[in-house]
Amino acid sequence: MKKSIITVVGKDTVGIIAKVCTYLADNGVNILDISQTIVQGYFNMMMIVDTGAVKSFDTLAGELEELGKGIGVVIKCQQEEIFESMHRI
Amino acid sequence: MINIYEVNETNQMIQQDNLDVRTITLGISLMDCIDGDLHKVNDKIYEKITRVAKDLVSTGQEIEREYGIPIVNKRISVTPIAIIGEAACKCPEDYVTIARTLDRAAKTVGVNFIGGYSALVAKGMTKGEENLIRSIPQALAETERVCSSVNVGSTKSGINMDAVCLMGEMVKLAAEFTKEQDSLGCAKLVIFCNAPDDNPFMAGAFHGVTEADAIINVGVSGPGVVKHALSKVRGENFEVLCETIKKTAFKVTRVGQLVAQEASRRMGIPFGILDLSLAPTPAVGDSVAEILEEIGLERTGAPGTTAALALLNDQVKKGGVMASSYVGGLSGAFIPVSEDQGMIDAVQEGALTLEKLEAMTCVCSVGLDMIAIPGDTKPSTIAGIIADEMAIGMVNQKTTAVRVIPVIGKGVGEMVEFGGLLGYAPIMPVNKFSCEAFVNRGGRIPAPIHSFKN
Repeated sequence: MKKSIITVVGKDTVGIIAKVCTYLADNGVNILDISQTIVQGYFNMMMIVDTGAVKSFDTLAGELEELGKGIGVVIKCQQEEIFESMHRI
Repeated sequence: MINIYEVNETNQMIQQDNLDVRTITLGISLMDCIDGDLHKVNDKIYEKITRVAKDLVSTGQEIEREYGIPIVNKRISVTPIAIIGEAACKCPEDYVTIARTLDRAAKTVGVNFIGGYSALVAKGMTKGEENLIRSIPQALAETERVCSSVNVGSTKSGINMDAVCLMGEMVKLAAEFTKEQDSLGCAKLVIFCNAPDDNPFMAGAFHGVTEADAIINVGVSGPGVVKHALSKVRGENFEVLCETIKKTAFKVTRVGQLVAQEASRRMGIPFGILDLSLAPTPAVGDSVAEILEEIGLERTGAPGTTAALALLNDQVKKGGVMASSYVGGLSGAFIPVSEDQGMIDAVQEGALTLEKLEAMTCVCSVGLDMIAIPGDTKPSTIAGIIADEMAIGMVNQKTTAVRVIPVIGKGVGEMVEFGGLLGYAPIMPVNKFSCEAFVNRGGRIPAPIHSFKN
């Protein structure tokens, strides 16, 4: 298991979650947790996913970024450690 | 498990407050490159640097990508070249060949600076060390990425005033040798008192003789993050202010610790230290001066500036120390002028003077940094500026440094542009009265009484 965090931020529109989830399913990425809020009209989602089976993290992060551009949102994929180290002792 | 608010906080720091890891600096010992034959020394140095550092840039980029944190610079520091070249270099020009080799190696491995064209002469100079010092102006003019530093004093051994005098001349010469580029050579030359062996920041980085064969040192940064955090506690008392700085420094440092450990693991090179310095850039919102203003000063340089800076420096250390397994290097707030937009503004508005900057260096790292002065400043006056700063370091048992740029052909009020992270600066006035008779006495200033602790 290799946990990564995907964040999606941008203008709310139909099908954001569907498109991201479809991409993840097609690439063998299991979703462990999803939380989502709307802040000042902006869609804000965080997914905790397992990228242990992914061949190239770099490709995954790059393709998600591209997918985001297509929908008009910003998608970032980062390994979990950066958040763990900053917020947990 | 990590929640959405924590994730957003981290990403806001990175995207809006310019949180980054300022540098991964790979320290490489060149002790095994020493040889009596100059060609062999050069060949061995090139071979060792390009072998040990071959994966440095790619590893940095990998970490950047995976954690989504920018790592602005990947750099190399080496053993002071005065020591490495002493057996082979008979004159200053011989040392310049090593500077060219360092530059070539830096370009091959893709790092933007290589530090360690240095001499440690706090008490006295060998012939080789003097040759290296005399070669600095030419070495900096002929190379692009080589950085030079000279340690001329320490709390333990006093101040080598002969070296201080010589450095006054060398700073002036380095300026003249690079006058076509606004005396850029001086931006790559630092004069130290109590220079640390493990500093990852340029231009003063070198790999100390007490260090292992290779080591990873990391410098974090985050003035923008601290400023943002402080903007939420405006008007609160000092307790709240200090707690906020500490908590923020802790978070910033943890990111640096993660990056340092990962770089160390992936390259198979031991982790040395994390440097907690708040290092500004010319970008708006990435300024130490703006933090001081957020604390409550109308402009940096106003009365209260030294106290505010002392507080900031101390809280950054207190917050950062617990976040890293090894802290070292310079670890404090940097107050360069040309690399900090808030400092530049303060100078231009007449709020900040050279003398106030000198006072500020008593309470923070590192010293008079990236300060442009008139091109007609005499070498003896530059030596006097260096001597003052060295005295502050020696007596206060801290690192101090001088990186001043006498910009040839320019005078007070004119602007000078260094480009990139080095920024731009207004030329500041220097006290006109002479210190020639003082700095030219010859010899050294003895170590202060409180250094005798044995």
